[in-house]
Amino acid sequence: MKVLVPVKRVVDYNVKIRVKADGSGVETANVKMSMNPFDEIAVEEAVRLKEAGKATEIVVVSVGPAQAQETLRTALAMGADRAILVQAEGTTEPLAVAKVLKALVEKEAPGLVILGKQAIDDDCNQTGQMLAALLGWGQGTFASKLVAGDGKVAVTREIDGGLETVELKLPAVVTADLRLNEPRYASLPNIMKAKKKPLETVTPDALGVDVRPRLKTLKVTEPPKRQAGIKVPDVATLVDKLKTEARVI
Amino acid sequence: MANILVIADHDGASLKPATLNAVTAASKIGGDIHILVAGKGAQGPAEAASKVAGVAKVLLADDAAYEHQLPEDVAPLVVSTVKGGGYGHVLAGATSVGKNLLPRVAALLDVAAISDITAVQSADTFERPIYAGNAIATVQSSDAVKVVTVRTTAFETAAAEGGSASVEQVAGAGAAGLSSFVSAELTKSERPELTAARVVVSGGRGMQSGENFPLLEALADKLGAAVGASRAAVDAGFVPNDYQVGQTGKIVAPELYIAVGISGAIQHLAGMKDSKVIVAINKDEEAPIFQVADYGLVADLFKAVPELTAELEKAR
Ligand SMILES: Cc1cc2nc3c(=O)[nH]c(=O)nc-3n(C[C@H](O)[C@H](O)[C@H](O)COP(=O)(O)OP(=O)(O)OC[C@H]3O[C@@H](n4cnc5c(N)ncnc54)[C@H](O)[C@@H]3O)c2cc1C
Ligand SMILES: Nc1ncnc2c1ncn2[C@@H]1O[C@H](COP(=O)(O)O)[C@@H](O)[C@H]1O
Repeated sequence: MKVLVPVKRVVDYNVKIRVKADGSGVETANVKMSMNPFDEIAVEEAVRLKEAGKATEIVVVSVGPAQAQETLRTALAMGADRAILVQAEGTTEPLAVAKVLKALVEKEAPGLVILGKQAIDDDCNQTGQMLAALLGWGQGTFASKLVAGDGKVAVTREIDGGLETVELKLPAVVTADLRLNEPRYASLPNIMKAKKKPLETVTPDALGVDVRPRLKTLKVTEPPKRQAGIKVPDVATLVDKLKTEARVI
Repeated sequence: MANILVIADHDGASLKPATLNAVTAASKIGGDIHILVAGKGAQGPAEAASKVAGVAKVLLADDAAYEHQLPEDVAPLVVSTVKGGGYGHVLAGATSVGKNLLPRVAALLDVAAISDITAVQSADTFERPIYAGNAIATVQSSDAVKVVTVRTTAFETAAAEGGSASVEQVAGAGAAGLSSFVSAELTKSERPELTAARVVVSGGRGMQSGENFPLLEALADKLGAAVGASRAAVDAGFVPNDYQVGQTGKIVAPELYIAVGISGAIQHLAGMKDSKVIVAINKDEEAPIFQVADYGLVADLFKAVPELTAELEKAR
């Protein structure tokens, strides 16, 4: 079974982002970029499926600017076999990405697509669900465990009340949550090897997909800042403040 | 003005409060509000929905296929309801059910989905947090149908009583045959639900082990609080996954949030910084959590938490 893993290049999760003064967006120039953390987990899961003999080939895909090649190389260094860059500038909304991925799925015919549950820049949490809808496939979102069987996959999902397990007919879409696995670091030899792995570039046009955004971002602002309060010397003072000043207990 | 369809979040027996937050968001858009209850034997939630203030009609789709709210089965129902009823908006709470279902509905309708809105500016313009809440985007949709999930902490709950909507049965579409429910492992707790609690006590890696969480539970019991956790505490197996507060866990905004042994990473702050009063107990005075805390106590939690519990006991 072939596994397709979409990976997004995002502002690194450690960066304290800055909103542009003109309200047009978030500063991304000269900011450290990395693979979306959930996508590292998705790649890791695919690599483990391959190591377990359940997957035969791992194809990673990124929709984004030329620099997204770096993200794809990272995925190749982690153990993916082949990469596709769908070169697109500007904002790519989940619906557009899902349509691009659908076009690639139709070409590549994977048995499983593993995405991250959420991109930490747009915080949308939509693309996997949308892709599953467009393909008419089952979706196992927010996965903390994945067991691939014969023609089906069991997915344990992190839900509001605890955990839920569903069974999906293959092919299917799965989105990775934080506790699915702990992604590996690419070793130096593997980083070197990844440079020679195939990376193909295509355009949304060539795939016949219109990626123009549906939403117009009118402005981006900073949220109201919380003022730091005071330090209290001891528990008794804390209780007193909570009672008489904050009046919350 | 087109009508608004709110998708009920329920467990077959009762209506979840997130539905009431979504109704409030819907009321800010303008238009008649209808609630769709998809379930098996879901008369209970449907009746509860009919009593919600401001709701004009309840649609009940009773079908064995909807028992576990599998999106593969429920999405086609929502899509046919939207197309048949001429709805301009589809709303749901940004719960694990809403987040799973609505993007699937949006794609089937070929429209954008708008996740986790925190404000309604007009019928087509919404505010939503991005980058773990470190920026707020105002987005406008030109799609014919707006598919929106609602951040529950940003909207009051609509009054659960006072309405008298009619309940109309609609036919189910059956199972799509793509997925099936196997099992659920739900966390049992006598405490209030995390996202609805007036007080939340959360523990982090500083708790050291799950065996130490009873310290927080004793404190929570004194305050009638829910217990939450940081990702690190969940990853380490101290507590179940549904305790996680943060960018990718639960969003809470209680009257009082007490962070114990939590450093205050941006991903954690994203889930609790709208709390009214924040208390932090941490032995590291440089911990970033103190930058958002109204009251910070630099102390060893193993000493401070039992002391706090005892002090609250005394004060009774
Ligand atoms: C994609 C992504 C998503 C994430 N989503 C979330 C999320 O939703 N929620 C979340 O919480 N995190 C999330 N994280 C993780 C986040 O970045 C932090 O790693 C995590 O919040 C740290 O948890 P912590 O504060 O418990 O642990 P630490 O950062 O290790 O802090 C432990 C704190 O305990 C204090 N301490 C230790 N012992 C004691 C003692 N005896 N008494 C008092 N204080 C003590 C220490 O001083 C320290 O400040 C996410 C990360 C990524 C990459
Ligand atoms: N531009 C992109 N290129 C590749 N994968 C993407 C892209 N955008 C989103 N994804 C995938 O979809 C997941 C969810 O993203 P989102 O719906 O934007 O929160 C991510 O974790 C990725 O796996």
